[in-house]
Amino acid sequence: MSEKLLEIKDLRTSFRIKDDYYAAVDGVNLTVNKNEVLAVVGESGCGKSALAFSVMGLHTRAKIEGNIMFKDKDIANISPSDLNKIRGKEMSMIFQDPLTSLNPLMEIGEQIAEVLLLHNKQLSKEQRKEKVIELLNKVGIPRPEQVHGQFPHELSGGMRQRVMIAMAIANEPELLIADEPTTALDVTIQSQILELINDLKQDMNAGIILITHDLGVVAEMADRVAVMYAGQIVEIADVHTLFTNPKHPYTRSLLNSVPNSNEAQDKLHVIQGIVPSLQNLPREGCRFSARIPWVAESEHEDHPELHEVNDGHFVRCTCYKHFDFPDNEEEQQHGIS
Amino acid sequence: MWKFTVRRLLIMIPQIIALSIVIFVLAQMMPGDALSGMIDPNVDPERLEELREKHGWNDPWYVQYADWVGGLMQGDLGQSFRFKMDVTELIGQRIVNSFWLSLATLLFTYLIAIPLGIISGRYNDTLLDQTITGYTYIGFATPLFIFGLVMLWVFGFMLGWFPTSGSVTPGLEAGTFEYFVSKVNHLILPALSMALITTVSTVQYLRNEIIDTKQRDFILTARAKGASESRVYNRHILRNSLLPIAAFFGFEITSLIGGTIFIENIFGYPGMGQLFLESITMRDYTVVTAVTLLFGIASIVGALLSDIILSLVDPRIRIK
Repeated sequence: MSEKLLEIKDLRTSFRIKDDYYAAVDGVNLTVNKNEVLAVVGESGCGKSALAFSVMGLHTRAKIEGNIMFKDKDIANISPSDLNKIRGKEMSMIFQDPLTSLNPLMEIGEQIAEVLLLHNKQLSKEQRKEKVIELLNKVGIPRPEQVHGQFPHELSGGMRQRVMIAMAIANEPELLIADEPTTALDVTIQSQILELINDLKQDMNAGIILITHDLGVVAEMADRVAVMYAGQIVEIADVHTLFTNPKHPYTRSLLNSVPNSNEAQDKLHVIQGIVPSLQNLPREGCRFSARIPWVAESEHEDHPELHEVNDGHFVRCTCYKHFDFPDNEEEQQHGIS
Repeated sequence: MWKFTVRRLLIMIPQIIALSIVIFVLAQMMPGDALSGMIDPNVDPERLEELREKHGWNDPWYVQYADWVGGLMQGDLGQSFRFKMDVTELIGQRIVNSFWLSLATLLFTYLIAIPLGIISGRYNDTLLDQTITGYTYIGFATPLFIFGLVMLWVFGFMLGWFPTSGSVTPGLEAGTFEYFVSKVNHLILPALSMALITTVSTVQYLRNEIIDTKQRDFILTARAKGASESRVYNRHILRNSLLPIAAFFGFEITSLIGGTIFIENIFGYPGMGQLFLESITMRDYTVVTAVTLLFGIASIVGALLSDIILSLVDPRIRIK
């Protein structure tokens, strides 16, 4: 059995809207092992990023309950200065939008050197510069000496994401969180960046949480997949099982909506409705039920739990048991009554 | 960088020419002249007409303008009717006073604005922030000339902490330490009065910049690197927020000019602003046009300074 690196226990991250708290991450249990890529998938607004930000302690105005055990330290309940010793060193993060994630007034080299400086006071200025150049080389940036002195606006989006990655791996972290690292990039650059992360994965020896809504990325990169919907994990399985034997209606709907290039399609399959906003989240019963109206109410659980259907394969709610897509759109719209 | 500065300097030439024409024409359009009203009413109107002819005041405006510009080129701003002395010399005395007043005001403005703006922005929506914001609203709503009078009354007359007029105690010898202290003492109250009012826009500006920068993505990056809260503020937020403030510096000059006109008159401070208002009421054209031109040039230079400062501090618009 592989070694546990991160264990999230019953995490609830709530935001205050007016006078009430609403949980964007609602009771998540998750483990990440060493040398493992865990993908977290789901539509926008499902709480994937909120989960990642909770792990990194980046929420400034959220109420965080539960435990996040990182190498036997509970980083959800830790002093800011202790957390700062871990962030950027033992765990680091790559953000969604490389265009806005770099300080526009700081030279690239200075920004990467900062993360070295913060966690390794012994390095001299020259040593830091040397290390920065080495890192830039590692992430495939041409002419690193020149880029060292450039500003973010002088680089393309793909280059900037490489810089972000260089920053994230500078101190050889044990946990790397990549929050939709390719969403803001165009397709050709996307594959280059994924390839880079894949390459780095080999020699980094780290656990990676990859947040994405691109199932193609999941298939390519992940070892295990957690599917999130409305703040909860609805299904978790290893990547092979998830693609070959998905159980939860949401997972199946997601897979169903991937366009198939082998056959001509008139229409894309979509999941009807939208993810409910934080304030309108149903807090009781199956949270996905509103988007599959043809499934009879009796098939849902009152308090949906994660059920282990197979070794390491968990599914929330009993509605998966007899779930099927309706044959025609009429039924999808109105349900079978 | 140099190319940019030189080009920017060249643009100033047509700006100044246009400015001089506008000023001159506006001054010409003012009713009356130095001979109307101020002179013994028993003087023969024909004699007045003769004098006007002699000074060339009956020539068409473009001829007069050409004369005026010709003088300007040689550093001759004409004669003041009221003081019976060269305008150049007259302004020379006053401009030094105004310069020190403006400098002291700028100093106070930033001394107040930067700490208040930072506190307000960093701890936004707390009681402290609301107190500071409250002050800025009062500052926006208070007219400078009323506030100046109140300050003068309270600290000058009632408490007697500061002198109430002039720029230096008479009878002190220039260059001595007492002279310097007296100069500073005369400066503090007018400069502080002006700064307390004009600084509020800078406080608000800085506050909003900080609140804005706080939410930018690269601040998350800095936090994710493990930077402490104070480092995040000092290295990342402050640097980005002070940038527009620095760029605004040049335009502060323009608002300073407006301010000094009020303040110098209220505090009886012999500077350009006081000279300007007095000269208008006395129809002392040559002085009015000269002072206005200098004010105008100061504003143009201010805008130039803003551009140059911005191109120096912001790498995104650094011109190669």
